[in-house]
Amino acid sequence: MEIKVLGPGCSKCQQTEKVVKDAVAEAGVAADVEKVTDMMAIAGYGVFGTPAVVVNGEVKSVGKVPKKEDVKKWLAAVK
Amino acid sequence: MKTCDSQSCCTVIPDSCEKPDIPDEKFRTLRYLTYIVPLLVLWWFVYGELESFSRLVTYSVLHLQHGRRLSGAVEFFIFEAPKVLMLLLLVVFGVGVVRSFFTPEKTRAILAGKRESIGNVLAALLGIVTPFCSCSAVPLFIGFVTTGVPLGVTFSFLISAPMINEIAVVLLYGLFGWKVAAIYISTGLLIAMIAGWIIGKLHMEPYLEDWVLQIKTSGSGMVEEKLTWADRIQYGLDAIKDIVGKVWPYVLVGIAIGAGIHGYVPEGFMASIMGKSAWWSVPLAVVIGVPMYSNAAGIIPVVHALIEKGAALGTVLAFMMSVIGLSFPEAVILRKVLKPRLIAVFFGVVAFGIMIVGYLFNVLM
Repeated sequence: MEIKVLGPGCSKCQQTEKVVKDAVAEAGVAADVEKVTDMMAIAGYGVFGTPAVVVNGEVKSVGKVPKKEDVKKWLAAVK
Repeated sequence: MKTCDSQSCCTVIPDSCEKPDIPDEKFRTLRYLTYIVPLLVLWWFVYGELESFSRLVTYSVLHLQHGRRLSGAVEFFIFEAPKVLMLLLLVVFGVGVVRSFFTPEKTRAILAGKRESIGNVLAALLGIVTPFCSCSAVPLFIGFVTTGVPLGVTFSFLISAPMINEIAVVLLYGLFGWKVAAIYISTGLLIAMIAGWIIGKLHMEPYLEDWVLQIKTSGSGMVEEKLTWADRIQYGLDAIKDIVGKVWPYVLVGIAIGAGIHGYVPEGFMASIMGKSAWWSVPLAVVIGVPMYSNAAGIIPVVHALIEKGAALGTVLAFMMSVIGLSFPEAVILRKVLKPRLIAVFFGVVAFGIMIVGYLFNVLM
């Protein structure tokens, strides 16, 4: 599984990265979590706000820090 | 095997974890309401008693004497600090609930393909209610201009979103009354509409950074979330935690400085510097205000005290708008997508609009 956290590096983006990593660890799934900070790359996903979370190429959340439970649901859904 | 980690709803059928249980949702909403309604009543009661409370504390509990500078400052602080914080709690919650109905994605869909004039008006209005933070200004900007929102309309949104924020409006209402708050909102909207319209008319598209227009966006494959009322209330509570949790120290410091000015600076002191007769005060206020970056929470209580001491309302409005609406960090962020000339035009047009507002109010009031 491939998870990307999109965000230039504001505090919310860092929180999001942490939430996602925690969720991955707790769910015990094999997933690469990658932080995307490059504006051009972020814009390519067509998101309107940061932080955003992309799971296997699908935009899951935009403009907020997702809840850990929600992240786990996304993980369970694609597994 | 498909498993689900959330323990609350998956014990019976694993698939049910995708769909919220309807009776459960109703119960959640009801539970929120049983908390929130009594809290609102309590809020109303406490808010009405604040003024007498501040007098009681200042003169009876602390035994300060009437007419002293210190007592003036203390009374001011004890009255204004809880008042502004309480207003902030209420309005941030309300705005949070309203904002749960709007997302940048929906706003974009409304604005895409709109004609310039009506688009500018809509964009400025949507700027008030769409959740926006300056750190996502760039993706939002790109999302707008690459999916058919005209450049000038995008700017109307970008000007109104930070300038007319709930914190500024609450503080203006709390400290100056509803008239000044209404003036601020309406002139802010006008500036956003007209400045965006002018930028559109100038046809500045070549001054976007080249890579912006080459981006192919999928138009976001984001699935719209279905929100229940309980979710919206939760959204409002999160907004309180997020916004009030962050700004309260600034509010307190700002009010403390305001209280100091209230008690210690002589009447009419500001009249010579920021009064109506000093014509240069408006441009000076804007020149000082633009590079400054402060959230509304810190700046408005100070400004309130300045007006009390003879500063003219127009000058002060101009100062406030330029501090809140335009900032140096914003320019740095936008530099990634805009060439310097477009940034200069953007700041120039908005600063000019703010100056006109400043002069207008100095003449009218």
